[in-house]
Amino acid sequence: MIDDKTLLDHNLTREEYQLIVKHLGREPNLTELGIFSVMWSEHCGYKSSRVHLKKFPTRGKFLIQGPGENAGVMDIGDDLALVFKIESHNHPSYLEPYQGAATGVGGILRDIFTMGARPVAVLDSLRFGPLDDPKNRAIMDGVVSGISGYGNSFGVPTVGGEVYFHECYSLNPLVNVCCIGLARKDKLFLARAQGVGNAVIYVGAKTGRDGIHGATMASAEFGEETEHKRPNVQVGDPFKEKLLLEACLEAMAKDLIVGIQDMGAAGLTCSTTEMAAKAGTGMEINLDLVPQREAGMNPYEIMLSESQERMLIVAEPGKVEALQKIFSKWDLDAVVIGKVTADGQLKAYFRNELVIDIPVKAVVDLCPAYRRPARMPAFINKVARWRQPEMPSDLNQVFLQLVASPNIADKEWVFRQYDHMVQVNTMVLPGADAAVLRLKGLKKGLAMTLDGNSLYTFLNPRRGGQIAVAEACRNLACAGATPIGVTNCLNFGNPEKPEIMWQFQQAVEGIAEACRQFDIPVTGGNVSFYNETEGRPIYPTPVLGIVGLVDDTARVPSAGFQGAGETIILLGENKEELGGSEYLRLIFSEEKGQPPALNFALEKRVQECCRLAIQAGLVRTAHDLSEGGLAVALAECSFRSPKKIGFEVRLNEALRTDALLFGESQSRIIITAKQKDVRKILALARKMKVKARVIGRTGGRRLVIWHKKKKVVDQPLELAYRAWKKAIPDYFRVKKI
Amino acid sequence: MKFGVVVFPGSNCDYDTFHALQNVMGLETVFLWHKDHDLQGVDCVVLPGGFSYGDYLRSGAIARFSPIMTEVKKFAAAGGLVLGICNGFQILLEAGLLPGAMLRNKNLKFLCQHVYIRVENSRTAFSQAARKGQVLQIPIAHFDGNYYASPELLSELERNGQVVFRYCDEKGKLSEEANVNGSINSIAGLINRQGNVLGMMPHPERASEKILGSQDGKIIFQSMINYLEKKVGPGRKKAVRTTRPAISPLPPLIGTF
Repeated sequence: MIDDKTLLDHNLTREEYQLIVKHLGREPNLTELGIFSVMWSEHCGYKSSRVHLKKFPTRGKFLIQGPGENAGVMDIGDDLALVFKIESHNHPSYLEPYQGAATGVGGILRDIFTMGARPVAVLDSLRFGPLDDPKNRAIMDGVVSGISGYGNSFGVPTVGGEVYFHECYSLNPLVNVCCIGLARKDKLFLARAQGVGNAVIYVGAKTGRDGIHGATMASAEFGEETEHKRPNVQVGDPFKEKLLLEACLEAMAKDLIVGIQDMGAAGLTCSTTEMAAKAGTGMEINLDLVPQREAGMNPYEIMLSESQERMLIVAEPGKVEALQKIFSKWDLDAVVIGKVTADGQLKAYFRNELVIDIPVKAVVDLCPAYRRPARMPAFINKVARWRQPEMPSDLNQVFLQLVASPNIADKEWVFRQYDHMVQVNTMVLPGADAAVLRLKGLKKGLAMTLDGNSLYTFLNPRRGGQIAVAEACRNLACAGATPIGVTNCLNFGNPEKPEIMWQFQQAVEGIAEACRQFDIPVTGGNVSFYNETEGRPIYPTPVLGIVGLVDDTARVPSAGFQGAGETIILLGENKEELGGSEYLRLIFSEEKGQPPALNFALEKRVQECCRLAIQAGLVRTAHDLSEGGLAVALAECSFRSPKKIGFEVRLNEALRTDALLFGESQSRIIITAKQKDVRKILALARKMKVKARVIGRTGGRRLVIWHKKKKVVDQPLELAYRAWKKAIPDYFRVKKI
Repeated sequence: MKFGVVVFPGSNCDYDTFHALQNVMGLETVFLWHKDHDLQGVDCVVLPGGFSYGDYLRSGAIARFSPIMTEVKKFAAAGGLVLGICNGFQILLEAGLLPGAMLRNKNLKFLCQHVYIRVENSRTAFSQAARKGQVLQIPIAHFDGNYYASPELLSELERNGQVVFRYCDEKGKLSEEANVNGSINSIAGLINRQGNVLGMMPHPERASEKILGSQDGKIIFQSMINYLEKKVGPGRKKAVRTTRPAISPLPPLIGTF
């Protein structure tokens, strides 16, 4: 008999337990209960989110594979497919930053190559508490080292992403990792256990006791006893993963595989039941044959272990030998542990005893879905009612403070620890709006970006979700790319609280609407709930990963000014919008007001105008306006300029100067062009009904902005550059003894 | 003229190097599998970057026991041209083909960035297409690139002109800041006494195309081509070009022969 404590330990309710008994027609044994508990966990079963995720558009012209597989797949022409997905590894990264982040990278890489794609890029979205707290510094240091340690060794370039700091992430950092892979369109593999009588083969690393109930852990809040959960975090071995990649791709190329699935969350349990359920088959396995790293493991531990670098393959019996030869060439185990059956049951034997006998359909498809109650939090109206603060007298000084804010400052300390160049495709180094990869032998290229603004989503979750999509697309437009597909990682608090559920629902609806507006399908993603520690939730943080295609890589503009004497053009319109800005947060410690307004029609026109100008070869530099507004965007173009080129800009709008400089109005992009091309760009903008005008020129060694004949910003480039460059490394400086 | 790129388990710049040699430089290039004892008649062996055997124990420490290394040592002893890039350099040190050792970078972090290196000796098989004092922009990506040699060894290396490249700034000046990993005497590339084995931490294959931001790496490959042309003749460069398959965005299966 299963008692209440056992259920509590497995994060299952009494009602869910009764449902299990109903599906089985009897009481489960402890191993079976463990299987249900992980597969029905929030992390694997999406039980609170499923009803809402259906709102995402999942069709599109480039789509090959939408949600439901290990990753989404887009057709990019030339018989190539782009495979991509994002995953969170928030909870493990708080407990054990290095291994938590490292195995986050390992897990998403396997999701990509299990489909037959070679991982070609990783981007990660990281959020930490403020760096003046040594504990946050330790978490950030560990996370960055973990990503670097795993990705660099595996040989995938980490080409971009975002890093953001806020108090709400102090006890709950966010580590979202997105991977992009490339495959032949006719060589994609699915997680299906087809063909009754086919062999079930275990490949890769041996199974140990690490990571048992990792998925369940990721489905609960943390309390004071959290430290004891450290053994739940897995340990990564990137070297083994690299071998596994090469061996799997070789076996796939030689047509030796029927179906394949990685063993990620919920390990052997998830791969066996999901593969069988998707194919409408069953599976019979012998647990004694599972390669084990430790002696004396019981069925419960073998089934629930989340040891890394393992895969489950289904192959025709006649091809097993050839398959094993490939794996032995790469010094990996490949052991037949069972076969595909027709009865729809997962049966597992251990020491000649049947220890598991459950219908796979119940485990995979009948996980309960909840429409949890949602209620608007009381603070929403409070933060919306707000009076603009008085304008500081010295905006020139404020400008310096802003560029040195860790949220805006240079992130080189992070990305130079990542090998961002391996595979020799990286055209645009990290730090730009979007990462761009060339495709060897082709004119076109890939662009990708990760974006989210949790402060906007906190103030207005629906608009926050919309802006995240719009801004990610704008990032791509600045590389001249057309967005084709979306993956997202939705990081929220405890969904059992109606206020959290409301935020989730609103944000999902906002994202769904924006994706429809931009006509890009959501191909999958990940929901991470229970991001709360000691009852304090994080700000709602949807992170959007959007991939795009660049027609001609030779025309991708630079992220920094390329030459002096170029004309600076602003696409879009400056408005008086200070709500939710980094300026308000940093200077006035106010997180209030409404995030900037978003007009989809205008946004799309601005992006299209930028893209067309780039494709016509008229644009030298392009940068979108986001945190910190116009002044910061201009400064970033100077800072990223290899030749360190300053600017002089003149503005005349009848707006508050601080709103003009630091407001975060949407649908704005700055581009630079040579004098001879300016008229063509302005004519194009007129045709597209986009406001565009010359606001200044590049050149000199100062950063200068005039507002109505008054110099409001005037800083030596070198001084501002140092403030921007040193802000983050200064926190980590090793003191000489 | 034929080049071979060794594939160890965990090598991850093997295809990048292959791509630079075959597709950019137009050379006949083959992969050499670590378990083999056959160098396939190549005129030059390249040990590529990556994390051979995970770099567990110590960078390059396990790779030196690979069967192919027995052949590489024989090849080197007979005067064959051997280039070790990054992890390849570390393996050459561990295998005793070059003197000295690698420590962790001085800031104790992995470093991936463009750096400048100054050509100190332009009379080697790996640098003859450069001018002495020429500054090259080539990226690095390593954790253990902080070269160390004992004072006696160091003065011997300097005396013999075995230091081929040094980290420097854009203008070719040496400084503590430009010496990003902390290498002794800013050493970025080192050649053996006989002049046929070179190890370097920067990755020339990452600086061989305009689209990647620098083409200075080609100077190193071109030097080797010039040297080998004198030694073995121009080879089958043209014939190779006609039979070469179209460049694909996806690498071929590596280690499948």
